Amino acid sequence: MTSLALENVSVSYDRSQALVGFSDLVKPGEWLCLIGPNGAGKSSLLRAIVGTTPHTGRVLVDGVALSSRPQRRRAQLIAYVPQTPVLPPDMTGREYVLLGRNPFVSHFGSEAHHDKSFVDDILSRLDLQSLADRKLANLSGGERQRLVVARAIAQEAPVLLLDEPTSALDIGHQQKALELVDKLRREHGLTVVSAMHDLTLAGTYADRLSLIHEGHVVASGTPTEVLRSETLAEFYGVSVNVHTEPDGSIAIIPRRGS
Amino acid sequence: MVTTIGRSSRWWFAIGIAALCVALLAGVMIGPAGPTWWRVPLVFLDKLPFITIDSGVSTSEWLIVWQVRTPRVLLAALVGAMLSVSGASYQGVFRNPLVDPYLLGVAAGAGLGATFVFTVNRAGTSGWLVDPLPLAAFIGGLLAVFVTYVVGTAFGGDRSSTTLVLAGVAVTSLATALQTFMLQRNTDVVRQVYSWILGRLSTATWDDVRLVVPYVVISTTALLLHRRLLDVLRVGDDEASALGTNVRRVRLVVVVAATLGTAAAVAVSGLIGFVGIIVPHAVRLLCGTSYRVVLPMSLFVGAAFLILADIPGRILDNPAETPIGVVTAFLGAPFFLLLLRTRQVAR
Repeated sequence: MTSLALENVSVSYDRSQALVGFSDLVKPGEWLCLIGPNGAGKSSLLRAIVGTTPHTGRVLVDGVALSSRPQRRRAQLIAYVPQTPVLPPDMTGREYVLLGRNPFVSHFGSEAHHDKSFVDDILSRLDLQSLADRKLANLSGGERQRLVVARAIAQEAPVLLLDEPTSALDIGHQQKALELVDKLRREHGLTVVSAMHDLTLAGTYADRLSLIHEGHVVASGTPTEVLRSETLAEFYGVSVNVHTEPDGSIAIIPRRGS
Repeated sequence: MVTTIGRSSRWWFAIGIAALCVALLAGVMIGPAGPTWWRVPLVFLDKLPFITIDSGVSTSEWLIVWQVRTPRVLLAALVGAMLSVSGASYQGVFRNPLVDPYLLGVAAGAGLGATFVFTVNRAGTSGWLVDPLPLAAFIGGLLAVFVTYVVGTAFGGDRSSTTLVLAGVAVTSLATALQTFMLQRNTDVVRQVYSWILGRLSTATWDDVRLVVPYVVISTTALLLHRRLLDVLRVGDDEASALGTNVRRVRLVVVVAATLGTAAAVAVSGLIGFVGIIVPHAVRLLCGTSYRVVLPMSLFVGAAFLILADIPGRILDNPAETPIGVVTAFLGAPFFLLLLRTRQVAR
C-alpha cells in the first residue's frame, strides 16, 4: 500500500496559471476524486503527477520525491489513464496491453515470457480475451476504454491516475468501468486519484473529493461535505438539488430553470 | 496465443531472407556482358576454399562478375536496406507515415555539397587520392540535418516534433535555393549534377562498398535495437513517457542513426527516391504495423528491392544506363498501388 503526497504543486502554461499550490496527502488505498468545472486544472494536476507537464512543487510516493527517480521507476509506481488516449488503429488489444509492461523491460530488451503471460492473465481476469487479437480500430468506445484500464493495470503500479475515465461511456459502461477500478483497488490496495465530471458517480465511488476552481482548491472532504447545493451553485454556476439516499449515497439532480 | 505472434514474424523473416538471397543471386547473374548466367553460381562455388568446379568462366569474365557486378549488387543491397530502415524509423519517431529519410534536409544538404564540388572544379579532383564528391555530399547532408535539429529544438521548446519537421522544410528550401543559385552561375555542370541527383549505382566499386559498410552496420544496428521502443512511441510522446520511456532521448538517437546512415548512402549513390517510403509501407501492408517486424523486414525487402530495381537499368538501353531513381519510382509506384488495392479487397 502506497501513499501519494502532493506538496504545493503548481502548473502554468505560458503566463496563465492552470493550477496554484495544490497540496494533499492521499492515504494508501484511498480514492481521491478531483472535481471542478472545465479548465479548472484537474487534468493539469494529473499530468503534473505523472510528469508529462512542467510543474513546480513536489510529488512524493511513499515519502520519496518522484523527480529523484529515474523515468522507468516512476512508471513502475504510477500508472496513468489519459482523458483521450492515443490508440494506434492497427495495434491488437494484446499488443496494446503489453505496452503496460514497458517499465519492466530493459531499454533494448524485449518482454519476457512472464510479461506476456501476465498480460494474458489480466485479459482473462478483466474478461477481455475476445479483444486480444482484434485491432483497436475495430473496437467500440467501451471496449477501448477497458483495454486502456487493462494497460494501466499491467503496469502493476500502486498508484493509479484516471483522467475522465468514463466520459466516453454510456451509463452501464460507466458503472462497469468504475466498479472494475474499485474492485482492483480493494484487491490490490491501489491508491487512486481520478478527475471526474459526473458528480453523482464521483460521490458514489470516491472516499474524498477535492473541488478545484480556477486552479485553486475551494472545497475538500468527504462527498457529503463537498457536494452541497450552495457550493456547487457558487463554483459551477448551476442550480441543483442534492439528494441523499437512505444508504448515504448522494444524487445530484439538476433543477430546471424558471 | 502469444507464441503465434512470434512464430508468424519468424516466418516473415525467413521469407525476407530468402527473397534477399534470390535477389543477390539474380543481381550477380544478370548483366549485358560477362559469362552465361547459370555459370555464375558455379564460379562462386569454385572460388570457395576446398571446392574445385570447372565453371567454364574465363578470367576476364570472372573480373566482370567480381569487380563490376558484385560491388554494384552489394552497394544496392546496402543502400536499399539503409534507406528503407531509415525511412521506417523516421516514420516511427515522427509518427507520420508520409515522411521519408530525406525529411530533415539530408538530401538537399547532400545535393548542395555535391553541387559545390561540381561547380568549383570537378575535373581537377580526378587525381585526388580520395574522391571529394561523396565526402562533400556526406558532410553537406549531416550539416543540413544538424542545422535543422538546432533550429527545431531551439524554437520548438522540448516537446513538439512538428517544429523539427518544419525546420527541416525550411532548411531543405534554403539548401535547394543555394544549389539553384550555384547552378545558375555554372550552367555547364547542370547535366552532371542532375544525373547525380537521380542516383546511380553504375559506377559502384569495392571502395564505395567499403566506404558505406561501417555506417550502414552501425546505423541499422542502432535502429534495430530501438524497434520495440518505436512501438511504445506509437501511443504518443506523453503516454510513452508515462510508460517510462525517455522519448526525447529515443528520438534523438534514432534520428542521428538514421541520418548518419542515409547521408552515407546518399554520398555513394546519389538521391534514390521512393525506397524509404515504399518499402516500409509494402512491409506494413504485408506483415502488420509492429516495428518489431517492420524494421527487420524493411532491411531485407529494401535490400532485395534495390538490387532487383537495378537490373532493368543495366540491360534496358545498354550501353546507356537508366538512372536507378527513375527505375525505383517506375517499378515502385505501380507495385505499391497494387498492394494497396489487394489489401483493400482483402478487407
